[in-house]
Amino acid sequence: MKVLVAVKRVVDYNVKVRVKADNSGVDLANVKMSMNPFCEIAVEEAVRLKEKGVASEIVVVTIGPTTAQEQLRTALALGADRAILVESADELNSLAVAKLLKAVVDKEQPQLVILGKQAIDSDNNQTGQMLGALTGFAQGTFASKVEVAGDKVNVTREIDGGLQTVALSLPAIVTTDLRLNEPRYASLPNIMKAKKKPLETVTPADLGVSTVSTVKTLKVEAPATRSAGIKVKSVAELVEKLKNEAKVI
Amino acid sequence: MTILVIAEHTNAALAPATLNTVAAAVKIGGDIHVLVAGAACGAAAEAAAKIAGVAKVLVADDAAFAHQLPENVAPLVAELGKGYSHILAAATSNGKNILPRVAAALDVDQISEIIAVESADTFKRPIYAGNAIATVQSSAAVKVITVRATGFDPVAAEGGSAAVEAVSGAADAGKSSFVGEELAKSDRPELTAAKIVVSGGRGMQNGDNFKHLYALADKLGAAVGASRAAVDAGFVPNDMQVGQTGKIVAPQLYIAVGISGAIQHLAGMKDSKVIVAINKDEEAPIFSVADYGLVADLFDAVPELEKLV
Repeated sequence: MKVLVAVKRVVDYNVKVRVKADNSGVDLANVKMSMNPFCEIAVEEAVRLKEKGVASEIVVVTIGPTTAQEQLRTALALGADRAILVESADELNSLAVAKLLKAVVDKEQPQLVILGKQAIDSDNNQTGQMLGALTGFAQGTFASKVEVAGDKVNVTREIDGGLQTVALSLPAIVTTDLRLNEPRYASLPNIMKAKKKPLETVTPADLGVSTVSTVKTLKVEAPATRSAGIKVKSVAELVEKLKNEAKVI
Repeated sequence: MTILVIAEHTNAALAPATLNTVAAAVKIGGDIHVLVAGAACGAAAEAAAKIAGVAKVLVADDAAFAHQLPENVAPLVAELGKGYSHILAAATSNGKNILPRVAAALDVDQISEIIAVESADTFKRPIYAGNAIATVQSSAAVKVITVRATGFDPVAAEGGSAAVEAVSGAADAGKSSFVGEELAKSDRPELTAAKIVVSGGRGMQNGDNFKHLYALADKLGAAVGASRAAVDAGFVPNDMQVGQTGKIVAPQLYIAVGISGAIQHLAGMKDSKVIVAINKDEEAPIFSVADYGLVADLFDAVPELEKLV
């Protein structure tokens, strides 16, 4: 079966971002960018499904600026077969992204769509679910285990109290949680080979999708900073401070 | 303006996060209706009717809603929600699972995990693991929003007397089914609602050593949490993870033991009132957010702390 994986180019997870002085956003100039960690897990899961003989083709898609090709090449080096870039210089909201992905799903007709559970920049946790509503597919969000069995996929999900397993009819959508797998690294020969794999570029207009949003960001501020704390010398001093100064125990 | 709040519940009982979500609705202003969708969820509906400030409780009692499968619940919420100005749910795993599906069905953007209400259409939410706070404005006809429970003090669970009304709507979509669940059992307070949280990280070295934290937690009436490192190493189950991708907590007191303090962990606990760090590495980033830091071996400090509190 064909598997479609959506990936996003985001600020590397180790970077401590800074808010711009004019409060218009965070400063992304000269900051290291990477594939969103949850998307790496999504690519890894698709590659493992192919290695098991479940998936026959892996198509990786991203929506973003021209530079997002780097993340597609990374996915190709990890084992994806071909890539689609939906080129848009604007920062798009989840609904617009889900609509663009819906158009790609209509064209590609995958049996399984795998996304990360959330992007570490917007922290929205919306796109997979929205794609579920738009396509009418079932959704297995926050997956820590995925098993394809015939025309169904069993997904074990991480929920607040523990784990839940659901059975979904294919085609379906899965969003990955951290525990699903340990993503591999791309080897140098595979990085070289990935350069020859097909990468198609389309625009939202080609897909006939409007990306107008009903939500706008008015300003972005730094969070309130905590006042500097003190170092205590002993456990006894700590207990004394907690009891008498902070009054929390 | 009428606001629809989706109740978080286990059919038999209402989850505390519902009270924080209603509190956010109160800040927006307007009539508040609560939807309880489930199977044999009469007890949860009764509890919802008692919440202070709630005008009406809608109950959708159907086997199809038993496990809150989004394929079944989202169409129901979208259909009911058309007449409302806002649809709110708690940013729990359940709320996050269902609400974006509702928003897309209504063809509107969703706003995730608000921590403050500026006005009926303007909200604050953290982005980049809480390293920036965005103020966003929605012009959508129906504003679909998830609420971070720690951003709002809960409303009173008693004192209201809302009318209860049965509703029916979309039922089993036939696309998904519940297979089973494995819930962690614990007698300690629930992590996201606890007044005190004691968390362990990689420095605990193994799962067995968490007994030191459990002993301290029991003495303090605290919940026990963990960093991703402790979860990935298999010391404790993942539902104990505090952080950007785990649970967000804001207790009165957060005690971080053997936790270095990575950006992703801080995202889940830096709104705690008082933070204590116990770590033997005095350069650990956790000390930059801790009100009280103790540079010590946790295996000496934690048992001693347990004795003294």
